[in-house]
Amino acid sequence: MMRQGATLARSERNMATTPTRKDPVAAKNPPATSPSTMSVVAPAVGWLIPGAGHLIQKRWIRGLLLMASIVIMFVLGLLMDGRIYRPNGGDILDILGFIGDLGAGGMYIVSRAMDLGHTIVPHTTADYGTKYLIVAGLLNFISVADAYHIAIGKKS
Amino acid sequence: MPLSLSHFNAALLFSIFASVVFGITVRDTSREQIRYGLYCFAMFMGGLIVAGWVMWALRH
Repeated sequence: MMRQGATLARSERNMATTPTRKDPVAAKNPPATSPSTMSVVAPAVGWLIPGAGHLIQKRWIRGLLLMASIVIMFVLGLLMDGRIYRPNGGDILDILGFIGDLGAGGMYIVSRAMDLGHTIVPHTTADYGTKYLIVAGLLNFISVADAYHIAIGKKS
Repeated sequence: MPLSLSHFNAALLFSIFASVVFGITVRDTSREQIRYGLYCFAMFMGGLIVAGWVMWALRH
């Protein structure tokens, strides 16, 4: 009985001391933006502007390389007369094409607003362009996921 | 006048951009990212050349 009481008192002491323990490095350098805020903001910004999710987390070279790769790929797709898919409920390939295009975020919105991208593929090169547009969007999805992993501290 | 690329040039550019994104997003350190990016690019181009020769062999 006495032993149980001593164990209980010890565990209560541990519970009382554990939450008050602080990391001295974190206390000296508090983050400018909390991880929870950044884990929402970085993917959202990264989706709208490819690479920007890395840039706001001060990953300058990675951000610029991602931005250059995805934006150039999307622009080349448009220059090749690629097709931009609209929201649709028809053929499964059209739905998947729309999801891929949507990954490009702001570029997709701007190109829809400016009515860029043909709805019918007029020649063989335009089919390459359609694939470029879809893959640019899919690569941006990967970039957004990477920005999220950096924000939550899963990746350096 | 639309941009007109040959199949090889289109595949080459595709490989470069996709390899850059794969390298940056899949690996952690700079050195590993460069190595993995180059590996992906080599795989893309190797696959392209092998597929080309396979199609040539099927035709002849």
